[in-house]
Amino acid sequence: MTPARAHDAATRAPAGSPVAASAPATPAVVVDDVSKRFGSGASSVHALDHVSLDVATGEFVCLIGASGCGKSTLLNLMAGLDHPSAGTVDVRGRCSLMFQESALFGWLTVAGNVELALKLRGVRRAERRARARELLDVVHLGAFADKRPHELSGGMRQRVALARAFAQDADVLLMDEPFGALDAMTRDLLHDELESLWQQRGLTVVFVTHNVREAARLADRVVLLSSRPGRVAATFTPGLPRPRRMEDPATGAAAGEITARLRKEVARHAG
Amino acid sequence: MPADSRWVEAPQPFDRVATEAERPSSNGATPGSTLERELAGLDALAELEDRPSLFQRAWSALWPGLIAIGIGLLLWQMVIWSHWRAEYILPSPFTVLHDLWRGELLTATRITLQRAVIGFALALTVGTAAGLAMSLVAPLRRAFGAFVTGLQTMPSIVWFPLAIVLFRQTEGAIQFVVVIGAAPSIANGLLAGVDNVPPLLVRAGRVLGARGPRLYRNVILPASLPSYVAGLKQGWAFAWRSLMAGELIATIGGKASIGFLLDRDRNLSAYADMQSTMILILIIGIVVDTFIFGTVERTIRRRRGLLS
Repeated sequence: MTPARAHDAATRAPAGSPVAASAPATPAVVVDDVSKRFGSGASSVHALDHVSLDVATGEFVCLIGASGCGKSTLLNLMAGLDHPSAGTVDVRGRCSLMFQESALFGWLTVAGNVELALKLRGVRRAERRARARELLDVVHLGAFADKRPHELSGGMRQRVALARAFAQDADVLLMDEPFGALDAMTRDLLHDELESLWQQRGLTVVFVTHNVREAARLADRVVLLSSRPGRVAATFTPGLPRPRRMEDPATGAAAGEITARLRKEVARHAG
Repeated sequence: MPADSRWVEAPQPFDRVATEAERPSSNGATPGSTLERELAGLDALAELEDRPSLFQRAWSALWPGLIAIGIGLLLWQMVIWSHWRAEYILPSPFTVLHDLWRGELLTATRITLQRAVIGFALALTVGTAAGLAMSLVAPLRRAFGAFVTGLQTMPSIVWFPLAIVLFRQTEGAIQFVVVIGAAPSIANGLLAGVDNVPPLLVRAGRVLGARGPRLYRNVILPASLPSYVAGLKQGWAFAWRSLMAGELIATIGGKASIGFLLDRDRNLSAYADMQSTMILILIIGIVVDTFIFGTVERTIRRRRGLLS
Protein backbone atom coordinates (compact mmCIF):
# COMPACT_ATOMS: atom_id res chain seq x y z
CA MET A 1 0.00 0.00 0.00
CA THR A 2 1.46 3.36 -1.01
CA PRO A 3 1.35 6.26 1.46
CA ALA A 4 -1.28 8.01 -0.67
CA ARG A 5 -3.55 5.01 -0.39
CA ALA A 6 -3.06 4.60 3.31
CA HIS A 7 -4.05 8.20 3.77
CA ASP A 8 -7.08 7.79 1.60
CA ALA A 9 -8.26 4.73 3.45
CA ALA A 10 -8.00 6.65 6.69
CA THR A 11 -10.07 9.58 5.47
CA ARG A 12 -12.75 7.26 4.18
CA ALA A 13 -13.16 5.41 7.46
CA PRO A 14 -16.30 6.33 9.38
CA ALA A 15 -15.94 9.08 11.95
CA GLY A 16 -15.36 7.87 15.51
CA SER A 17 -13.01 5.05 14.63
CA PRO A 18 -9.56 6.49 15.20
CA VAL A 19 -7.76 3.23 14.53
CA ALA A 20 -9.49 2.68 11.22
CA ALA A 21 -6.25 2.64 9.26
CA SER A 22 -4.97 -0.38 11.11
CA ALA A 23 -8.32 -2.06 11.72
CA PRO A 24 -9.67 -4.50 9.13
CA ALA A 25 -10.90 -2.39 6.22
CA THR A 26 -14.62 -1.67 6.15
CA PRO A 27 -16.37 -3.54 3.37
CA ALA A 28 -17.42 -1.43 0.38
CA VAL A 29 -19.53 -4.19 -1.12
CA VAL A 30 -21.38 -6.82 0.85
CA VAL A 31 -23.03 -9.62 -1.08
CA ASP A 32 -24.92 -11.73 1.39
CA ASP A 33 -26.29 -15.13 0.42
CA VAL A 34 -27.49 -13.94 -2.96
CA SER A 35 -29.33 -16.12 -5.43
CA LYS A 36 -30.56 -15.07 -8.82
CA ARG A 37 -32.92 -16.94 -11.10
CA PHE A 38 -33.95 -15.87 -14.56
CA GLY A 39 -37.31 -17.01 -15.83
CA SER A 40 -39.57 -19.32 -13.94
CA GLY A 41 -40.61 -22.96 -13.82
CA ALA A 42 -38.69 -25.71 -15.59
CA SER A 43 -36.97 -23.38 -18.05
CA SER A 44 -35.57 -21.07 -15.37
CA VAL A 45 -31.83 -20.50 -15.19
CA HIS A 46 -30.09 -20.49 -11.84
CA ALA A 47 -27.44 -17.84 -12.50
CA LEU A 48 -26.25 -17.34 -8.93
CA ASP A 49 -26.68 -19.72 -6.01
CA HIS A 50 -26.05 -18.60 -2.43
CA VAL A 51 -23.17 -16.30 -3.27
CA SER A 52 -21.59 -14.38 -0.40
CA LEU A 53 -18.74 -12.01 -1.04
CA ASP A 54 -17.29 -9.02 0.80
CA VAL A 55 -15.10 -6.51 -0.96
CA ALA A 56 -13.07 -4.30 1.35
CA THR A 57 -12.82 -0.56 0.78
CA GLY A 58 -9.84 0.06 -1.43
CA GLU A 59 -9.58 -3.55 -2.51
CA PHE A 60 -9.06 -4.69 -6.09
CA VAL A 61 -11.03 -7.89 -6.67
CA CYS A 62 -11.12 -9.83 -9.91
CA LEU A 63 -14.03 -12.17 -10.61
CA ILE A 64 -13.08 -15.01 -12.86
CA GLY A 65 -14.85 -18.12 -14.05
CA ALA A 66 -15.90 -20.12 -17.06
CA SER A 67 -18.85 -19.00 -19.11
CA GLY A 68 -22.23 -19.17 -17.41
CA CYS A 69 -20.84 -18.53 -13.94
CA GLY A 70 -22.92 -15.39 -13.49
CA LYS A 71 -20.04 -12.90 -13.35
CA SER A 72 -21.92 -10.24 -15.23
CA THR A 73 -25.13 -10.99 -13.34
CA LEU A 74 -23.30 -10.37 -10.10
CA LEU A 75 -22.00 -7.02 -11.37
CA ASN A 76 -25.47 -6.01 -12.52
CA LEU A 77 -26.81 -6.77 -9.04
CA MET A 78 -24.05 -4.69 -7.45
CA ALA A 79 -24.78 -1.83 -9.86
CA GLY A 80 -28.44 -1.94 -8.93
CA LEU A 81 -29.52 -2.66 -12.50
CA ASP A 82 -31.17 -5.85 -11.34
CA HIS A 83 -32.52 -7.30 -8.12
CA PRO A 84 -31.51 -10.57 -6.47
CA SER A 85 -34.12 -13.34 -6.20
CA ALA A 86 -32.92 -13.92 -2.64
CA GLY A 87 -30.33 -12.39 -0.33
CA THR A 88 -29.05 -8.83 -0.21
CA VAL A 89 -26.49 -6.75 -2.03
CA ASP A 90 -25.17 -3.70 -0.22
CA VAL A 91 -22.83 -1.23 -1.88
CA ARG A 92 -21.53 1.56 0.34
CA GLY A 93 -20.76 4.67 -1.61
CA ARG A 94 -21.40 5.54 -5.22
CA CYS A 95 -20.74 2.88 -7.77
CA SER A 96 -20.33 2.94 -11.48
CA LEU A 97 -20.39 0.13 -14.01
CA MET A 98 -18.16 -0.06 -17.07
CA PHE A 99 -18.74 -2.45 -19.94
CA GLN A 100 -16.63 -4.20 -22.54
CA GLU A 101 -17.76 -1.52 -24.93
CA SER A 102 -17.34 2.04 -23.74
CA ALA A 103 -21.09 2.77 -24.17
CA LEU A 104 -20.31 6.43 -24.77
CA PHE A 105 -23.09 8.52 -26.28
CA GLY A 106 -22.19 9.13 -29.90
CA TRP A 107 -24.22 12.33 -30.20
CA LEU A 108 -22.11 14.05 -27.56
CA THR A 109 -18.48 15.09 -27.63
CA VAL A 110 -15.99 13.44 -25.31
CA ALA A 111 -16.38 16.32 -22.87
CA GLY A 112 -20.16 16.22 -23.36
CA ASN A 113 -20.26 12.60 -22.23
CA VAL A 114 -18.47 13.45 -19.01
CA GLU A 115 -20.60 16.57 -18.55
CA LEU A 116 -23.80 14.54 -18.88
CA ALA A 117 -22.70 12.34 -15.98
CA LEU A 118 -22.11 15.51 -13.94
CA LYS A 119 -25.47 16.94 -15.00
CA LEU A 120 -27.32 13.79 -13.97
CA ARG A 121 -25.61 14.06 -10.60
CA GLY A 122 -26.91 17.60 -10.23
CA VAL A 123 -23.69 19.54 -10.80
CA ARG A 124 -24.48 23.09 -11.91
CA ARG A 125 -23.98 24.00 -15.55
CA ALA A 126 -21.32 26.59 -14.81
CA GLU A 127 -19.09 24.04 -13.08
CA ARG A 128 -19.57 21.17 -15.49
CA ARG A 129 -17.24 22.33 -18.23
CA ALA A 130 -14.25 22.82 -15.92
CA ARG A 131 -14.92 19.64 -13.96
CA ALA A 132 -15.16 17.57 -17.14
CA ARG A 133 -11.89 19.01 -18.34
CA GLU A 134 -10.20 18.10 -15.06
CA LEU A 135 -11.50 14.55 -15.21
CA LEU A 136 -10.33 14.15 -18.80
CA ASP A 137 -6.90 15.35 -17.73
CA VAL A 138 -6.91 12.62 -15.10
CA VAL A 139 -7.13 10.02 -17.87
CA HIS A 140 -4.71 12.05 -20.01
CA LEU A 141 -7.32 12.92 -22.62
CA GLY A 142 -7.73 16.65 -22.01
CA ALA A 143 -6.57 17.37 -25.53
CA PHE A 144 -9.43 15.32 -26.97
CA ALA A 145 -12.30 17.01 -25.14
CA ASP A 146 -14.00 18.26 -28.31
CA LYS A 147 -13.65 15.08 -30.34
CA ARG A 148 -16.49 12.67 -30.95
CA PRO A 149 -16.26 9.18 -29.43
CA HIS A 150 -16.00 7.52 -32.86
CA GLU A 151 -12.86 9.54 -33.58
CA LEU A 152 -11.03 7.87 -30.70
CA SER A 153 -9.41 4.44 -30.49
CA GLY A 154 -11.04 1.72 -28.39
CA GLY A 155 -8.56 2.24 -25.57
CA MET A 156 -9.19 5.98 -25.51
CA ARG A 157 -12.93 5.40 -25.40
CA GLN A 158 -12.52 3.18 -22.36
CA ARG A 159 -10.53 5.92 -20.68
CA VAL A 160 -13.33 8.39 -21.42
CA ALA A 161 -15.73 5.87 -19.88
CA LEU A 162 -13.42 5.83 -16.86
CA ALA A 163 -13.53 9.63 -16.66
CA ARG A 164 -17.31 9.41 -16.92
CA ALA A 165 -17.35 6.98 -14.01
CA PHE A 166 -15.20 9.42 -12.01
CA ALA A 167 -17.70 12.15 -12.90
CA GLN A 168 -20.24 10.15 -10.95
CA ASP A 169 -17.87 10.46 -8.03
CA ALA A 170 -17.82 6.67 -7.91
CA ASP A 171 -15.71 5.11 -5.22
CA VAL A 172 -16.70 1.62 -6.24
CA LEU A 173 -15.84 0.80 -9.80
CA LEU A 174 -17.54 -2.26 -11.30
CA MET A 175 -15.87 -3.32 -14.52
CA ASP A 176 -17.29 -5.97 -16.85
CA GLU A 177 -14.40 -7.17 -19.01
CA PRO A 178 -13.51 -3.56 -19.76
CA PHE A 179 -10.34 -4.33 -21.70
CA GLY A 180 -11.55 -7.52 -23.36
CA ALA A 181 -11.82 -5.98 -26.81
CA LEU A 182 -8.51 -4.11 -26.82
CA ASP A 183 -5.21 -5.03 -28.40
CA ALA A 184 -2.49 -6.32 -26.08
CA MET A 185 -0.34 -3.18 -26.21
CA THR A 186 -3.24 -0.89 -25.31
CA ARG A 187 -4.45 -3.27 -22.63
CA ASP A 188 -1.01 -3.28 -20.99
CA LEU A 189 -0.97 0.50 -20.81
CA LEU A 190 -4.51 0.62 -19.47
CA HIS A 191 -3.56 -1.84 -16.73
CA ASP A 192 -0.85 0.59 -15.65
CA GLU A 193 -3.28 3.50 -15.89
CA LEU A 194 -6.04 1.74 -13.96
CA GLU A 195 -3.62 0.57 -11.27
CA SER A 196 -2.25 4.06 -10.77
CA LEU A 197 -5.72 5.69 -10.69
CA TRP A 198 -6.99 3.03 -8.27
CA GLN A 199 -4.10 3.83 -5.95
CA GLN A 200 -4.33 7.61 -6.27
CA ARG A 201 -8.07 7.72 -5.72
CA GLY A 202 -8.40 4.91 -3.22
CA LEU A 203 -11.00 3.20 -5.37
CA THR A 204 -12.62 -0.13 -4.73
CA VAL A 205 -12.63 -2.19 -7.92
CA VAL A 206 -14.59 -5.28 -8.84
CA PHE A 207 -13.22 -6.41 -12.16
CA VAL A 208 -14.73 -9.22 -14.21
CA THR A 209 -12.41 -10.90 -16.65
CA HIS A 210 -11.92 -14.22 -18.39
CA ASN A 211 -8.21 -13.47 -18.80
CA VAL A 212 -6.38 -15.26 -16.00
CA ARG A 213 -3.15 -13.34 -16.54
CA GLU A 214 -5.00 -10.05 -16.36
CA ALA A 215 -6.46 -11.13 -13.02
CA ALA A 216 -2.99 -12.04 -11.73
CA ARG A 217 -1.67 -8.70 -12.98
CA LEU A 218 -4.33 -6.57 -11.28
CA ALA A 219 -6.00 -8.26 -8.34
CA ASP A 220 -5.46 -8.09 -4.62
CA ARG A 221 -7.79 -11.06 -4.53
CA VAL A 222 -9.10 -13.30 -7.28
CA VAL A 223 -12.55 -14.78 -6.75
CA LEU A 224 -13.17 -17.89 -8.74
CA LEU A 225 -16.78 -18.64 -9.56
CA SER A 226 -18.09 -22.02 -10.56
CA SER A 227 -20.66 -22.35 -13.31
CA ARG A 228 -24.29 -23.44 -13.41
CA PRO A 229 -25.19 -22.49 -10.84
CA GLY A 230 -22.75 -19.69 -10.11
CA ARG A 231 -21.11 -20.13 -6.74
CA VAL A 232 -17.93 -18.88 -5.17
CA ALA A 233 -15.59 -21.84 -5.66
CA ALA A 234 -12.38 -20.42 -4.23
CA THR A 235 -10.49 -17.22 -3.66
CA PHE A 236 -6.84 -16.68 -4.40
CA THR A 237 -4.57 -13.92 -3.10
CA PRO A 238 -1.62 -13.44 -5.44
CA GLY A 239 0.25 -11.44 -2.79
CA LEU A 240 2.61 -9.94 -5.36
CA PRO A 241 4.24 -6.54 -4.85
CA ARG A 242 3.08 -3.61 -7.01
CA PRO A 243 3.64 -2.24 -9.54
CA ARG A 244 3.35 -5.54 -11.37
CA ARG A 245 3.88 -6.30 -14.97
CA MET A 246 2.04 -8.74 -17.17
CA GLU A 247 5.33 -10.36 -18.27
CA ASP A 248 6.80 -10.80 -14.77
CA PRO A 249 7.53 -14.46 -13.99
CA ALA A 250 5.68 -14.06 -10.68
CA THR A 251 2.56 -12.86 -12.50
CA GLY A 252 2.89 -15.80 -14.84
CA ALA A 253 3.24 -18.24 -11.96
CA ALA A 254 0.16 -16.82 -10.23
CA ALA A 255 -1.75 -17.03 -13.51
CA GLY A 256 -0.68 -20.66 -13.78
CA GLU A 257 -2.11 -21.47 -10.38
CA ILE A 258 -5.40 -19.79 -11.16
CA THR A 259 -5.62 -21.60 -14.48
CA ALA A 260 -5.02 -24.98 -12.85
CA ARG A 261 -7.82 -24.35 -10.35
CA LEU A 262 -10.13 -23.03 -13.06
CA ARG A 263 -9.56 -26.13 -15.19
CA LYS A 264 -10.41 -28.35 -12.26
CA GLU A 265 -13.65 -26.40 -11.92
CA VAL A 266 -14.46 -26.76 -15.58
CA ALA A 267 -13.68 -30.50 -15.53
CA ARG A 268 -16.45 -31.02 -12.94
CA HIS A 269 -18.96 -30.29 -15.69
CA ALA A 270 -17.78 -33.26 -17.75
CA GLY A 271 -20.09 -35.35 -15.52
CA MET B 1 17.75 0.77 -25.38
CA PRO B 2 19.48 -2.04 -23.54
CA ALA B 3 23.10 -2.76 -24.33
CA ASP B 4 22.00 -6.09 -25.69
CA SER B 5 23.50 -7.58 -28.82
CA ARG B 6 20.17 -9.19 -29.73
CA TRP B 7 18.78 -5.75 -30.60
CA VAL B 8 20.01 -3.76 -33.58
CA GLU B 9 18.48 -0.27 -33.89
CA ALA B 10 17.65 0.50 -37.53
CA PRO B 11 18.95 3.82 -38.89
CA GLN B 12 16.07 6.34 -39.26
CA PRO B 13 15.43 8.82 -42.08
CA PHE B 14 15.49 12.51 -41.18
CA ASP B 15 11.71 12.90 -40.72
CA ARG B 16 11.56 10.39 -37.91
CA VAL B 17 9.37 11.09 -34.88
CA ALA B 18 10.97 13.47 -32.37
CA THR B 19 12.84 11.77 -29.55
CA GLU B 20 11.89 12.33 -25.94
CA ALA B 21 14.56 14.97 -25.40
CA GLU B 22 13.42 17.01 -28.39
CA ARG B 23 9.70 16.97 -27.65
CA PRO B 24 8.04 19.71 -25.59
CA SER B 25 5.98 18.24 -22.76
CA SER B 26 2.37 17.82 -23.83
CA ASN B 27 -0.75 19.65 -22.57
CA GLY B 28 1.05 21.34 -19.71
CA ALA B 29 1.04 18.20 -17.59
CA THR B 30 3.97 17.46 -15.38
CA PRO B 31 6.88 16.43 -17.58
CA GLY B 32 5.35 13.09 -18.23
CA SER B 33 5.94 9.75 -16.65
CA THR B 34 6.81 6.93 -19.01
CA LEU B 35 3.17 5.82 -18.85
CA GLU B 36 1.91 9.24 -19.86
CA ARG B 37 4.26 9.39 -22.82
CA GLU B 38 3.34 5.91 -23.94
CA LEU B 39 -0.37 6.72 -23.73
CA ALA B 40 0.14 9.99 -25.58
CA GLY B 41 2.04 8.11 -28.28
CA LEU B 42 -0.75 5.59 -28.78
CA ASP B 43 -3.37 8.35 -28.74
CA ALA B 44 -1.50 10.32 -31.40
CA LEU B 45 -1.53 7.24 -33.63
CA ALA B 46 -5.33 7.03 -33.34
CA GLU B 47 -5.97 10.53 -34.67
CA LEU B 48 -7.89 10.68 -37.88
CA GLU B 49 -7.11 12.64 -40.99
CA ASP B 50 -8.99 15.87 -41.63
CA ARG B 51 -12.06 15.97 -43.83
CA PRO B 52 -11.63 17.23 -47.40
CA SER B 53 -12.41 20.92 -47.88
CA LEU B 54 -15.93 22.23 -48.44
CA PHE B 55 -15.13 22.93 -52.08
CA GLN B 56 -13.86 19.40 -52.68
CA ARG B 57 -16.91 17.88 -51.01
CA ALA B 58 -19.30 20.14 -52.92
CA TRP B 59 -17.63 19.35 -56.22
CA SER B 60 -17.60 15.59 -55.67
CA ALA B 61 -21.33 15.77 -54.86
CA LEU B 62 -22.10 18.08 -57.78
CA TRP B 63 -20.49 16.64 -60.87
CA PRO B 64 -22.39 13.34 -61.02
CA GLY B 65 -25.63 15.34 -60.66
CA LEU B 66 -24.66 17.69 -63.46
CA ILE B 67 -23.88 14.77 -65.76
CA ALA B 68 -27.23 13.17 -64.90
CA ILE B 69 -29.05 16.42 -65.79
CA GLY B 70 -27.10 16.57 -69.04
CA ILE B 71 -28.13 13.02 -69.95
CA GLY B 72 -31.75 13.76 -69.08
CA LEU B 73 -31.88 16.86 -71.27
CA LEU B 74 -30.17 15.02 -74.11
CA LEU B 75 -32.71 12.16 -74.02
CA TRP B 76 -35.56 14.68 -73.98
CA GLN B 77 -34.06 16.54 -76.94
CA MET B 78 -33.65 13.25 -78.81
CA VAL B 79 -37.38 12.60 -78.44
CA ILE B 80 -38.01 16.07 -79.89
CA TRP B 81 -35.66 15.34 -82.82
CA SER B 82 -37.55 12.13 -83.51
CA HIS B 83 -40.73 14.23 -84.12
CA TRP B 84 -42.73 11.75 -82.09
CA ARG B 85 -45.18 14.50 -81.06
CA ALA B 86 -45.81 17.96 -82.43
CA GLU B 87 -43.53 20.62 -80.99
CA TYR B 88 -46.39 22.55 -79.34
CA ILE B 89 -47.50 19.45 -77.41
CA LEU B 90 -44.03 18.32 -76.35
CA PRO B 91 -41.79 21.38 -76.53
CA SER B 92 -38.01 21.19 -76.44
CA PRO B 93 -36.19 21.43 -73.12
CA PHE B 94 -34.89 24.89 -74.00
CA THR B 95 -38.38 26.33 -74.52
CA VAL B 96 -39.55 24.75 -71.27
CA LEU B 97 -36.55 25.86 -69.24
CA HIS B 98 -36.95 29.36 -70.65
CA ASP B 99 -40.56 29.38 -69.44
CA LEU B 100 -39.34 28.82 -65.89
CA TRP B 101 -38.70 32.57 -65.75
CA ARG B 102 -42.30 33.65 -65.35
CA GLY B 103 -43.41 36.10 -62.70
CA GLU B 104 -46.57 34.13 -61.90
CA LEU B 105 -44.49 31.06 -61.20
CA LEU B 106 -42.60 32.91 -58.48
CA THR B 107 -45.86 34.01 -56.83
CA ALA B 108 -47.27 30.50 -57.15
CA THR B 109 -44.13 29.04 -55.57
CA ARG B 110 -44.47 31.41 -52.65
CA ILE B 111 -48.12 30.45 -52.09
CA THR B 112 -47.46 26.72 -52.36
CA LEU B 113 -44.31 26.71 -50.25
CA GLN B 114 -46.09 28.66 -47.57
CA ARG B 115 -48.78 25.98 -47.48
CA ALA B 116 -46.11 23.27 -47.46
CA VAL B 117 -44.24 24.83 -44.56
CA ILE B 118 -47.37 25.40 -42.47
CA GLY B 119 -48.72 21.93 -43.25
CA PHE B 120 -45.40 20.27 -42.50
CA ALA B 121 -45.03 22.18 -39.25
CA LEU B 122 -48.49 20.98 -38.21
CA ALA B 123 -47.68 17.42 -39.24
CA LEU B 124 -44.42 17.65 -37.30
CA THR B 125 -46.26 18.68 -34.17
CA VAL B 126 -49.03 16.11 -34.49
CA GLY B 127 -46.71 13.29 -35.63
CA THR B 128 -44.12 13.91 -32.93
CA ALA B 129 -46.74 14.16 -30.20
CA ALA B 130 -48.42 10.97 -31.38
CA GLY B 131 -45.09 9.14 -31.68
CA LEU B 132 -43.98 10.24 -28.22
CA ALA B 133 -47.27 9.27 -26.65
CA MET B 134 -47.26 5.84 -28.29
CA SER B 135 -43.63 5.16 -27.34
CA LEU B 136 -44.31 6.11 -23.72
CA VAL B 137 -47.63 4.35 -23.24
CA ALA B 138 -47.57 0.77 -24.46
CA PRO B 139 -51.38 0.24 -24.52
CA LEU B 140 -51.74 3.37 -26.63
CA ARG B 141 -49.34 1.91 -29.12
CA ARG B 142 -51.11 -1.45 -29.18
CA ALA B 143 -54.39 0.39 -29.73
CA PHE B 144 -53.32 2.84 -32.41
CA GLY B 145 -50.03 1.51 -33.84
CA ALA B 146 -51.64 -0.50 -36.62
CA PHE B 147 -54.08 2.32 -37.33
CA VAL B 148 -51.25 4.82 -37.80
CA THR B 149 -49.38 2.47 -40.11
CA GLY B 150 -52.63 1.93 -41.99
CA LEU B 151 -52.98 5.67 -42.45
CA GLN B 152 -49.45 5.75 -43.81
CA THR B 153 -50.28 3.23 -46.52
CA MET B 154 -53.45 5.11 -47.49
CA PRO B 155 -53.04 7.71 -50.26
CA SER B 156 -53.89 10.85 -48.34
CA ILE B 157 -55.71 12.37 -51.30
CA VAL B 158 -58.62 10.01 -50.67
CA TRP B 159 -59.27 12.15 -47.60
CA PHE B 160 -59.71 15.22 -49.76
CA PRO B 161 -63.43 14.90 -50.49
CA LEU B 162 -64.07 14.59 -46.76
CA ALA B 163 -61.76 17.56 -46.13
CA ILE B 164 -63.77 19.66 -48.60
CA VAL B 165 -66.97 18.66 -46.85
CA LEU B 166 -65.54 19.50 -43.44
CA PHE B 167 -63.56 22.64 -44.23
CA ARG B 168 -65.04 23.77 -47.57
CA GLN B 169 -62.48 25.13 -50.04
CA THR B 170 -60.29 26.76 -47.43
CA GLU B 171 -56.65 26.45 -46.40
CA GLY B 172 -57.93 24.18 -43.64
CA ALA B 173 -58.94 21.54 -46.17
CA ILE B 174 -55.51 21.39 -47.78
CA GLN B 175 -53.69 21.42 -44.43
CA PHE B 176 -55.89 18.57 -43.25
CA VAL B 177 -54.77 16.42 -46.14
CA VAL B 178 -51.12 17.36 -45.73
CA VAL B 179 -51.14 16.49 -42.02
CA ILE B 180 -52.95 13.18 -42.62
CA GLY B 181 -50.33 12.40 -45.26
CA ALA B 182 -47.20 13.34 -43.32
CA ALA B 183 -47.89 12.80 -39.62
CA PRO B 184 -47.98 8.95 -39.66
CA SER B 185 -44.49 8.75 -41.17
CA ILE B 186 -43.15 11.13 -38.58
CA ALA B 187 -44.75 9.22 -35.71
CA ASN B 188 -43.50 5.89 -37.06
CA GLY B 189 -40.00 7.26 -37.56
CA LEU B 190 -39.85 8.28 -33.92
CA LEU B 191 -41.25 4.92 -32.78
CA ALA B 192 -38.73 2.99 -34.88
CA GLY B 193 -35.95 5.12 -33.41
CA VAL B 194 -37.01 4.47 -29.83
CA ASP B 195 -37.37 0.74 -30.58
CA ASN B 196 -33.84 0.55 -31.94
CA VAL B 197 -31.93 2.30 -29.19
CA PRO B 198 -29.05 -0.05 -28.29
CA PRO B 199 -29.85 -1.62 -24.88
CA LEU B 200 -26.24 -1.00 -23.82
CA LEU B 201 -26.78 2.76 -24.06
CA VAL B 202 -29.92 2.47 -21.96
CA ARG B 203 -27.97 0.52 -19.34
CA ALA B 204 -25.17 3.10 -19.43
CA GLY B 205 -27.74 5.84 -18.92
CA ARG B 206 -29.28 4.00 -15.98
CA VAL B 207 -25.85 3.49 -14.43
CA LEU B 208 -25.37 7.26 -14.68
CA GLY B 209 -28.53 7.69 -12.68
CA ALA B 210 -30.94 8.62 -15.45
CA ARG B 211 -34.39 7.11 -14.88
CA GLY B 212 -37.80 7.88 -16.32
CA PRO B 213 -38.12 11.21 -18.12
CA ARG B 214 -34.43 12.03 -17.67
CA LEU B 215 -33.41 8.76 -19.29
CA TYR B 216 -35.81 9.60 -22.09
CA ARG B 217 -34.55 13.11 -22.65
CA ASN B 218 -30.83 12.44 -22.27
CA VAL B 219 -30.42 9.02 -23.83
CA ILE B 220 -33.40 7.55 -25.64
CA LEU B 221 -34.51 10.55 -27.67
CA PRO B 222 -31.02 11.63 -28.79
CA ALA B 223 -30.24 8.01 -29.68
CA SER B 224 -33.37 7.80 -31.85
CA LEU B 225 -32.71 11.04 -33.70
CA PRO B 226 -31.40 9.47 -36.96
CA SER B 227 -34.54 7.39 -37.37
CA TYR B 228 -36.73 10.38 -36.46
CA VAL B 229 -35.07 12.49 -39.15
CA ALA B 230 -35.60 9.67 -41.67
CA GLY B 231 -39.28 9.80 -40.68
CA LEU B 232 -39.34 13.58 -41.18
CA LYS B 233 -37.84 13.16 -44.62
CA GLN B 234 -40.45 10.60 -45.61
CA GLY B 235 -43.11 12.77 -44.01
CA TRP B 236 -42.03 15.70 -46.13
CA ALA B 237 -42.29 13.59 -49.30
CA PHE B 238 -45.85 12.59 -48.37
CA ALA B 239 -46.74 16.17 -47.44
CA TRP B 240 -45.49 17.49 -50.77
CA ARG B 241 -47.38 14.85 -52.75
CA SER B 242 -50.58 15.46 -50.82
CA LEU B 243 -50.25 19.19 -51.33
CA MET B 244 -49.74 18.86 -55.08
CA ALA B 245 -52.67 16.47 -55.41
CA GLY B 246 -54.89 18.77 -53.38
CA GLU B 247 -53.96 21.85 -55.37
CA LEU B 248 -54.60 20.03 -58.64
CA ILE B 249 -58.05 18.90 -57.61
CA ALA B 250 -59.40 22.13 -56.18
CA THR B 251 -58.62 25.79 -56.16
CA ILE B 252 -58.23 26.78 -52.56
CA GLY B 253 -58.93 30.33 -51.51
CA GLY B 254 -58.85 31.47 -55.15
CA LYS B 255 -55.06 31.48 -55.09
CA ALA B 256 -52.85 30.84 -58.12
CA SER B 257 -50.72 28.10 -56.54
CA ILE B 258 -48.40 25.74 -58.38
CA GLY B 259 -51.04 23.04 -58.67
CA PHE B 260 -53.56 25.59 -59.92
CA LEU B 261 -51.17 26.74 -62.67
CA LEU B 262 -50.54 23.16 -63.75
CA ASP B 263 -54.24 22.48 -64.20
CA ARG B 264 -54.98 25.85 -65.79
CA ASP B 265 -52.14 25.56 -68.34
CA ARG B 266 -53.40 22.14 -69.42
CA ASN B 267 -56.85 23.67 -69.99
CA LEU B 268 -55.32 26.56 -71.90
CA SER B 269 -53.08 24.20 -73.91
CA ALA B 270 -50.05 26.15 -72.67
CA TYR B 271 -47.97 22.99 -72.64
CA ALA B 272 -44.54 24.58 -72.38
CA ASP B 273 -45.68 26.47 -69.29
CA MET B 274 -47.26 23.32 -67.89
CA GLN B 275 -44.05 21.35 -68.27
CA SER B 276 -41.92 24.11 -66.83
CA THR B 277 -44.19 24.01 -63.75
CA MET B 278 -43.60 20.28 -63.51
CA ILE B 279 -39.87 20.85 -63.63
CA LEU B 280 -40.20 23.42 -60.87
CA ILE B 281 -42.02 20.82 -58.72
CA LEU B 282 -39.19 18.39 -59.32
CA ILE B 283 -36.57 21.02 -58.48
CA ILE B 284 -38.31 21.98 -55.22
CA GLY B 285 -38.47 18.31 -54.26
CA ILE B 286 -34.79 17.77 -54.95
CA VAL B 287 -33.68 20.98 -53.24
CA VAL B 288 -35.64 20.33 -50.05
CA ASP B 289 -34.61 16.69 -49.91
CA THR B 290 -30.93 17.19 -50.66
CA PHE B 291 -30.15 20.51 -49.11
CA ILE B 292 -32.38 20.50 -46.05
CA PHE B 293 -33.00 16.89 -45.03
CA GLY B 294 -29.84 15.59 -46.69
CA THR B 295 -27.67 18.10 -44.84
CA VAL B 296 -29.31 17.40 -41.50
CA GLU B 297 -28.99 13.64 -42.03
CA ARG B 298 -25.37 13.80 -43.11
CA THR B 299 -24.44 16.06 -40.18
CA ILE B 300 -26.00 13.65 -37.72
CA ARG B 301 -24.38 10.63 -39.32
CA ARG B 302 -20.98 12.24 -39.52
CA ARG B 303 -21.04 13.33 -35.88
CA ARG B 304 -21.91 9.81 -34.78
CA GLY B 305 -19.32 8.21 -36.99
CA LEU B 306 -21.92 6.47 -39.16
CA LEU B 307 -20.41 7.92 -42.34
CA SER B 308 -17.13 6.71 -43.77
